Amino acid sequence: MAVARRSFDAVVVGAGGAGLRAALQLSEAGLSVAVLSKVFPTRSHTVAAQGGIGAALGNMGEDSWLWHMYDTVKGSDWLGDQDAIEFMVREAPKLVYELEHFGMPFDRNENGTVYQRPFGGHSQNFGERPVQRSCCAADRTGHAMLHTLYQRNVRARTQFFVEWMALDLLRDASGQVLGVTALEMETGEVMVLHARATLFATGGAGRIFSSTTNAYICTGDGLGMAARAGIPLEDMEFWQFHPTGVAGAGVLITEGVRGEGGYLLNKGGERFMERYAPNLKDLASRDVVSRAMATEIKEGRGAGPRGDYLLLKLDHLGPEVIEKRLPGIREIAKKFADIDPVKDPIPVVPTVHYMMGGIPTNYRGEVVVPAFSNGRSDPEAVVPGFYAAGECACASVHGANRLGTNSLTDLLVFGKAAAESIIKFLQENPGRKDLPKDAAERTEARLARLDGQTNGESVAEVGMEIRRTMQAHCGVFRFPDMLAKGVKKIREIADRASRTQVKDKSRVFNTARIEALELDNLIEAARASMVSAEARRESRGAHDRADHHSRDDSNWLKHTLWYKDGDRLEYKPVHMKPLTARTIEPKVRTY
Amino acid sequence: MNMTNAEMNRLRWSCRRGLLENELVLERFLHAHAALLEGERLAAFKTLLGYGDDELWDLVSGRRECGDPALGEVVRLLRNC
Repeated sequence: MAVARRSFDAVVVGAGGAGLRAALQLSEAGLSVAVLSKVFPTRSHTVAAQGGIGAALGNMGEDSWLWHMYDTVKGSDWLGDQDAIEFMVREAPKLVYELEHFGMPFDRNENGTVYQRPFGGHSQNFGERPVQRSCCAADRTGHAMLHTLYQRNVRARTQFFVEWMALDLLRDASGQVLGVTALEMETGEVMVLHARATLFATGGAGRIFSSTTNAYICTGDGLGMAARAGIPLEDMEFWQFHPTGVAGAGVLITEGVRGEGGYLLNKGGERFMERYAPNLKDLASRDVVSRAMATEIKEGRGAGPRGDYLLLKLDHLGPEVIEKRLPGIREIAKKFADIDPVKDPIPVVPTVHYMMGGIPTNYRGEVVVPAFSNGRSDPEAVVPGFYAAGECACASVHGANRLGTNSLTDLLVFGKAAAESIIKFLQENPGRKDLPKDAAERTEARLARLDGQTNGESVAEVGMEIRRTMQAHCGVFRFPDMLAKGVKKIREIADRASRTQVKDKSRVFNTARIEALELDNLIEAARASMVSAEARRESRGAHDRADHHSRDDSNWLKHTLWYKDGDRLEYKPVHMKPLTARTIEPKVRTY
Repeated sequence: MNMTNAEMNRLRWSCRRGLLENELVLERFLHAHAALLEGERLAAFKTLLGYGDDELWDLVSGRRECGDPALGEVVRLLRNC
């Protein structure tokens, strides 16, 4: 099969916040940039981010990047890399002001400065009291950000490949990354996009769970491509459960509801977060609230006929505050929970929301992997030509648990940082390396296998089985026997996923084929998550493990690396040393 | 409904959105009303799919009224999904 080729300075895969921020930087530097996206850029999942961008502007009272850093390290349950966290929180205000200058319609204070709302886990003076740090545009911060960045990219003449799906990463014999293969949905044709630098900004993989707030496009495409190309995946056992997904639907009720004064009740009408987090109460870190909710349900204090949800009360805020500060919430509650929150509380459950792990990078957005050369091993050798940013990357700033608002901060800061690294790399490496002759071989083999498969497995059924297995075996509460069974099951499902079949053999907009190719990525994310979770014998951040209820820093203060090849694990140290600040030493995490 | 397989697939793909809320409603809509999608209704549905996610959700959730009479019927069907 002859595969067409096109060449660019940089290929960016994914057009959410991280991809768009990076592409803008690259295009404005005069580079030729191709951005691939499965959907129109402004329909990327970043559009769903309601809460805001965490940045210590200090517009609502005293604030400091050091406090933001402390909250992020503590929120991460000390698994976050402190150099990357310092970098992020110090860059954050600059990135917010940049967006403001790009025309982002932030909410304003009466004095004209950017309004900032309180958000779970963010505090003043190292945990003393809540601080207002979230820069927002009503409940549509992600939407406003995507539109602002997309318009800037159009102005900068970024080239968009819309309804294109990247299929595989291209590496040469030295390991350098030289672009991707990609499928144009409209024609069904495959193309090689030869790039001097390749950036993945493909978002998360929440669709490996049955109950998730993630959109259908969040299938972990970057993770699958990286894993197949020999890149390990980092800390994939850490999944954030958002405390307030609408029970039965997955749709998110933003933390802003609690920021504005809403709170959780159990079936007895008790405001139970007062017991679990006496200081921050309902504004404690997401994992703390999710674990508290899961405990209430497990111990029989859940509401509803099956006692399987809690109640989010906001009627006391009054219709005016709800309409003005939380305008989308009333409609969501009516549509998906069939209640009006102006009168009744919303039934909510912890729901998979965010992937803390991902493709390992440093704080410059460069992908790093363990390597052995010149007689010494380096746990973080840079993979030349390969970069990642946003949810698909693990810098790691979120560690074992991400603070609300830090996802938008992450994608802005590291989207730009990765682009700056690319610009420097291209200046230092002016040539273009040739592609290996067999560059498209892996993709061609995958497609030939799929097209030629007979008596194969149904993509829908295998996908369902992945989601059921992850939900049942890898939730907030984790049990060793269930995890062990989960590993066995997910390996069996991986075997089935290698034999998927699509009946529709057409080329033009064959969505069955696209979904089969997405499944190849989902299974890698799921396997990495389950295997990593089974091995980590401690409770840290997002999850609680039944046989090891506490954090165990002496054995487990380390990052997991999962390799597809051999389905095996390695570990690497956490960066405890910040860039300039003092190390924030691990301590018991209370709110 | 006179759509080819590719046209229907293209339509289904356009129902992939950034907001899960929209995806759930659009999925319910296609499940219930795909057979109705022809002529003016199909044109209206395609117009709505061209909207941004928040704009579409505003219409679907009733947060905003639809100013275009040509879209009214499909918006009503979506609101009931």
